[in-house]
Amino acid sequence: MKPSRLAECGNWVLDRFPVTKFWNDHMAHYYAPKNFNIWYFFGSLALLVLVNQILTGILLTMNYKPDAKLAFDSVEYIMRDVPWGWLVRYMHSTGASAFFIVIYLHMFRALLYGSFKHPRELIWIFGMLLFVALMAEAFMGYLLPWGQMSFWGAQVIISLFSAIPVIGDDLSLWIRGDYVIADATLNRFFAFHVIAVPLVLVMLVFMHLVALHEVGSNNPDGIEIKASKDPWGHPVDGIPFHPYYTVKDLVGVGVFLLFFATVIFYMPEMGGYFLEHANFIPADPMKTPEHIAPVWYFTPFYSILRAIPDKFAGVIGMGGSIVVLFLMPWLDRCKVKSIRYRGGIFKKALFLFVISFLALGYLGTQPVTPLATTMARLFTTIYFGFFLLMPIYTRWEKTKPVPRRLTKVKSIEDQLHEIEEQIPALLEEITEVKPAITEIGHPAFKGTFFSRRPNPKGIAHVLSRVVTNLKRSLD
Amino acid sequence: MRSLITVLLLFTLTFNVNASEEVELQEANIDLSDTASLQRGAQHFVTYCLGCHSAKHMRYLRFALDVGVDPKKVLNDIAPEGASIYDQIHSAMNKHDAEKWFGVQPPDLSLIARSRGADWLYSYLKSYYIDPSRPFGVNNLVFQDTAMPNPLWKLQGEQHAESRRSIYGEYTKLELDAPGTLSESEFDLFVNDLVNFLVYVGEPVQLERERLGKYVLFFLIIFLVIAYLLKKEYWKDVD
Repeated sequence: MKPSRLAECGNWVLDRFPVTKFWNDHMAHYYAPKNFNIWYFFGSLALLVLVNQILTGILLTMNYKPDAKLAFDSVEYIMRDVPWGWLVRYMHSTGASAFFIVIYLHMFRALLYGSFKHPRELIWIFGMLLFVALMAEAFMGYLLPWGQMSFWGAQVIISLFSAIPVIGDDLSLWIRGDYVIADATLNRFFAFHVIAVPLVLVMLVFMHLVALHEVGSNNPDGIEIKASKDPWGHPVDGIPFHPYYTVKDLVGVGVFLLFFATVIFYMPEMGGYFLEHANFIPADPMKTPEHIAPVWYFTPFYSILRAIPDKFAGVIGMGGSIVVLFLMPWLDRCKVKSIRYRGGIFKKALFLFVISFLALGYLGTQPVTPLATTMARLFTTIYFGFFLLMPIYTRWEKTKPVPRRLTKVKSIEDQLHEIEEQIPALLEEITEVKPAITEIGHPAFKGTFFSRRPNPKGIAHVLSRVVTNLKRSLD
Repeated sequence: MRSLITVLLLFTLTFNVNASEEVELQEANIDLSDTASLQRGAQHFVTYCLGCHSAKHMRYLRFALDVGVDPKKVLNDIAPEGASIYDQIHSAMNKHDAEKWFGVQPPDLSLIARSRGADWLYSYLKSYYIDPSRPFGVNNLVFQDTAMPNPLWKLQGEQHAESRRSIYGEYTKLELDAPGTLSESEFDLFVNDLVNFLVYVGEPVQLERERLGKYVLFFLIIFLVIAYLLKKEYWKDVD
């Protein structure tokens, strides 16, 4: 059969540009483990948020003015006079916070299943570089609305550089381009935020993915699926990324967008966490706000900075808290990857780490009090303890036997179904039938009725069972 | 998923602190769909605030369209004389004069409801009291040593602060000395209308945003159902 005109045109391109090969290598013939769970949605979601930030960012630059005199008003102009400007701006501001939520969960997944370990060290390093670039991007973007918090937040963070001995003052002056945050700073931050750092981000995402597709994805069991292949050379426990994971990720996208749209349309300020109240006041170099707090995604690191009494040591501590993350592949000496087969000591350490990270994040939003400082010091110690003691406690970890092939876990549907089946028995246990005397209504109906009342003994029983199960899962 | 929900819940549970006053704020009753209240609020704003404060991010035309009144009516009833319907709500006061008279330039009020919050504004406007030690003879319980005189004193009347001691500790209470031209409940309504208008001015699109949100969420739920069924169909054979 003679190929059609259209097919000929298509073939002409394909002979010269390998679209099909690229598609097959990275989508249709890229084999991914088939047991990905909920933690594996956040990679594709991060990509979605990145695209959202770039597209909405481009639209915002069309009306934003990087000028200390005009910046604040131009943002309000976007919010009020530009058609759909409010939506674009809220998508961008909410997207920034969503980016960090997604990235933090994505990083936590790596900690859970040992995705940073051999042979994926480089994926982790590229990922960490992405995280640092993302923080730089967010920090510089936050100056652009030129509100009070933009101004003073940037002032505080850049003044940290002046804590460096000898070159500190000159360095911070060089970064700002002025003695305080000013028009020069705004202009250069704009340049970095809209072109320099985004280019780095896109490059790093590319490298992150190339490295991932070279060695293949890890999975919740933490075993290498390439170890067992079928006669055609495909991993037995793998399935092609497309269409299986493209359609699965679409479900994740749907759930994510539901949350995302709820925030955009119903709580764009998120109670002052996504858009801070003080940032609705134009930047005023003469008036310091009573309480300067960075946006929520920086607060864990900000807490570490404040917890250390000496300013320079604090800067080192804050930097160190990110540097230790880079070292994860070498700090963890345990051969077993997945938390499913790791020893109790690692599970407990990770649990403490998560608690301390969240607590540091909360403390960073609060004003300094003696109690808060003590707590921040305690949690900073736990934070660093998790990483620095890791070579010791992971070496002699008592691990469980790792299976050779992927194990089958119950799907979410089945789990929900099981929970549903347990509910009547649970209700039976936590309540008891008691006579109840009612005074309401017609006197003729006054009398004793039987009704279900909470049963303290039953509740205590259920709680103790939950605690025992929790403890067992940490062993 | 569970942790995502917990993370989101954590944010909604924690609340914000606008300013660190110890005074307990009174609650404003904000209803942006009450267009009559918004129109009254706009009138109050132009009569009592515009002399010193602008709302420069707001246009008269936008207000007319959002509230659903004839632009000509807005021009006649609300806007000051000589304003065009396309104008932003600018104050006539000169910046240098303002600094000479008050020490500071009165802030633009376009975003005051977003930075201070409705309850703060409502309580602030009701909490003026006589204090001869201040340049304008008044002070404010919510914002101590405020530079702003009380523009509403004729309506509210004059209050004085009284320290009281009870078993619950010491507190300050405001007592009305001379009643104004409005009764107490009328004045509450007056301030509430004004704050309602300021909340609207802070983000004129908020009603539209909430209306649109319903359709977007509805679409996303449909999308999610279809995506889920598609996933289920594809994954049927994967074991």
